[in-house]
Amino acid sequence: MEFLQYLSPSTQFVLFSALKIFAVFGVVMTAVAYAVLVERKVSAWIQNRVGPNRTAPFFINYLPVIGPFLVRLGIFQPMADGLKFLLKEDFTPNYVRKVYFWIAPAITVIPALMTVAVIPFGSTLGTEKMVIADLNVGILYTFGIVSLGVYGIVLAGYGSNSKYPFLGSIRSSAQMISYEIPMGMSVIPIFLVAGSLNLGDIIRYQAEHGWMILKQPVAFVIFLIAAFAETNRLPFDLPESESELVGGYHTEYSSMKLALFFLGEYANMIASSAMMVTLFCGGWTLPFVTALSTPSSSILIGLLHIGVFFAKMALFMILFIWVRWMLPRFRYDQLMDIGWRRFIPAALINIVVTALVVAFLHD
Amino acid sequence: MSTKVVARAPLTFYERTYLPTILSGLKVTAKHFTDTVFRGKTVTMEYPEERWVVPEGYRGAPYLVKDQEGAIKCVSCQLCEFVCPPKAIRITPPGADGAPADRTNAEKMPKEFEINMLRCIFCGMCQEVCPEEAIFLQKDYSLTGESRAEMIFDKAKLLKLGGTHGGVQKWKHKLEGAKAQEVFPV
Amino acid sequence: MPQFTDILFFGLAGLVLLFGFLTVANPFSRNPVTSAMFLVLTIVSLAGLYVLLHAFFLAAVQVLVYAGAVMVLFLFVIMLLDLKEEEHRRLKSGILAVGSLAVVAFVGILLATLLKAKPAASAVAGRLVEGDTAKLGTLLFENWLLPFEILSVLLLVAMVGVILLTKKDLK
Ligand code: SF4
Ligand code: SF4
Repeated sequence: MEFLQYLSPSTQFVLFSALKIFAVFGVVMTAVAYAVLVERKVSAWIQNRVGPNRTAPFFINYLPVIGPFLVRLGIFQPMADGLKFLLKEDFTPNYVRKVYFWIAPAITVIPALMTVAVIPFGSTLGTEKMVIADLNVGILYTFGIVSLGVYGIVLAGYGSNSKYPFLGSIRSSAQMISYEIPMGMSVIPIFLVAGSLNLGDIIRYQAEHGWMILKQPVAFVIFLIAAFAETNRLPFDLPESESELVGGYHTEYSSMKLALFFLGEYANMIASSAMMVTLFCGGWTLPFVTALSTPSSSILIGLLHIGVFFAKMALFMILFIWVRWMLPRFRYDQLMDIGWRRFIPAALINIVVTALVVAFLHD
Repeated sequence: MSTKVVARAPLTFYERTYLPTILSGLKVTAKHFTDTVFRGKTVTMEYPEERWVVPEGYRGAPYLVKDQEGAIKCVSCQLCEFVCPPKAIRITPPGADGAPADRTNAEKMPKEFEINMLRCIFCGMCQEVCPEEAIFLQKDYSLTGESRAEMIFDKAKLLKLGGTHGGVQKWKHKLEGAKAQEVFPV
Repeated sequence: MPQFTDILFFGLAGLVLLFGFLTVANPFSRNPVTSAMFLVLTIVSLAGLYVLLHAFFLAAVQVLVYAGAVMVLFLFVIMLLDLKEEEHRRLKSGILAVGSLAVVAFVGILLATLLKAKPAASAVAGRLVEGDTAKLGTLLFENWLLPFEILSVLLLVAMVGVILLTKKDLK
C-alpha cells in the first residue's frame, strides 16, 4: 500500500472509485443471480416443494459431505441458469421494431444498476468511504434514475409490436408513474426529520436518534408498497401478469434479452431493498452496539458494517419474495385507487404533520 | 335461465385496509414454509431415485411375452397389426419356408416383430385382440431414446422386456386333452 | 490544454444540440416515438450540463420530472394514438417558411439578450450555482414566494381545466 502515497489525490480518487464500482457491480450481479435462486427456493418451500437441487459441477465429487449438501441447496443453479440464457437462441420476431426491441432490455438494466451508486453500503474501509458517489442529493438522484427505468418496459412493449406486450407496457407506464408520486412524497418527512438529503447523513442521524421505521411508520409502509409497485412484483405485477397478458412486456423476448429483463427486475429489487435499509432501518448500523454504529478505521469493523448492511438487505429481499405467495394480484382499478386515493393523501398528511412537529420542536 | 344478482356485502373498514387478507396470506405461507423446511413435508417425488407405484391395470408399453417354458407365444397371426389404430406394429411373417414355431402346438412365429413406441398410443387394442395372449401392456412408462430408430423396438427387445407371462397356456391343455383322446389338432 | 470540464461541457452541449435536432427533424425516421425518445435524451444531456454547473438538485429534478414523468406520459399518449399519418406527412413550403422565420426570430432574441448581458468571463467562472437544496428552498419560499404561488395556482387551474375537458358526461 506504500505506492498509494505517491499518487496524486485525483488519481487516488479515480483508482478507488473504479475499484468500488467494480466491486459493487460484481456484488450486485452475484446478488441478482442468488436472488433468483432464493426466489426459487423460498417459492418452492412455501409450496411444499423442494426447489432446484440437482446442479452439480464436476468438482463436487471431491467434497465429501459439504458437496452434496450444497447441491441440495442449489448453490450451483445460478451458473447453470446463466449459461442456459447465454446459450439459447437469440430470436427476434420479424415484425418487431428492431431498434426499440434491441435497446429496451438495456434501458431496463442500466438505470437499475445505476441506482446502487449512491447507496452507502458500509461506513469506511480504511479511510475510504463505502459509497461510490456521496451526493448531496442522493435520494433525488435515485428517484431520477428509477423514473427512467420505465422506458425499458414501455419501449419493450412498443418495440414488440404485439398486443399483449403493448398492454403490459401501457399498464406499467401508468402504474410506475402513479407510484413514483407517493414514493417520492413518503420520503420527504424523513428528510424533514433528518435535515439532509444525503444518505450518509440520514444513517448518521438514525445511529444517534433511532431508526426511521419507528419514527415514520406511515412513510415506511407507503414506501414499501410503492417499492413493490415500482419493481413490478406481485401483488402489483400487472405489466407482466402471466394469466392475462401471457408474459406482458417481455412476451416476445427470449434468450439473453429476456435474462436482461429479469436482471433489471432483480437489480431493482436489490436497489429498493438497499434504499429501505438506508432510509428506514439504519443502514449499516446496529442499535445497542456502539462499535457497530460509529464509523471506525479498523478494517474488521468496516467489513462488519458491510455485513450488517447486506444482512438487512437480504431480509428485505426475502420479504419481497415471500409476499409474492401471500397475496393475489390486484385488479388494475384497485391498484390505481390505492395509489392515488389512499397513498397520496396519506403521504401528504404525513408530510404536513411531520413538518408541524419538526417546526414546533425546533422553536 | 334468469340471472340472479347477488349483492356484495360492503367491506368493513378493517377489511378495506387489506390487513385481514395480508395476515391470512402470511399464516398460510408460513405454515407451508415451516412444514417444508422444518418437518420435511414435501409433495415432490424426486424422480430418478424415487419412483411412483404403478397401479394395477396400468397401460404402459406393449411387449411380447414368452410362456413358462420359454417359448414365444406369438403365432404371427397379424391381428394386432391389423387392429392397431396408429399402425405402430409391423410384423414380418416367416413365409412358406421360414423357421417353424419354437413350441410344438403352434404353426409359426413371426420372423420380425416391431413396435414403434413413438407411434403407439398405449390403447391396449393389441392385448385385447391377441388370440394367443402373446402381447401385454406392461408397466413401463418411461420410454426414452436418443433417436427415432432407437424407439422402434424389435422382436428380441420386445421379448426381453416382456419376460414370461405366467398366465394360461391355453393350447397346452388342449394338447394334453387331445393327446388323451389321441386326436392331434396340429 | 483544455480542462476536463471544458471537454465535458462541449461534449454535452453538442449532444444536446444533436438530440434536439433529431427530435424535430430526424432525417432517418419520422416516427413520433423516436422523436419523443430523442427529446428524452436531450433532457438527460441537459441534466448533464446542470451537473457540470454543480447544480445537482436541478439536474436530478430535471431528469425526475421531465424525463421520468412528463415524457413517459407523452410517450403513452403517442403510443395510444398511433400516429401513422405523421410518418407520411410531407413538408409544405409555407409551413417551412413560417417555421424558419420563427427560428430566426428566436435566435435573434437570444443573441440580442446574450450580447446585452455580456458578463465578464471570470465572474461567471467563479459563480457556480452550488447544489445546495436548502438555499434553493429558502430563496423560493422567501424572495420569490409570490411568483411561486402564482405558478402553482396556474398549474392547478390547468389541471382542473383538463379534467373538465375530458369529462364527457358533465352536465
Ligand atoms: S397399444 Fe394400441 S397403439 Fe400400441 S401397439 Fe397396441 S394396439 Fe397399437
Ligand atoms: S401378438 Fe398376438 S395378435 Fe399379434 S401377431 Fe402375435 S399372436 Fe397375433
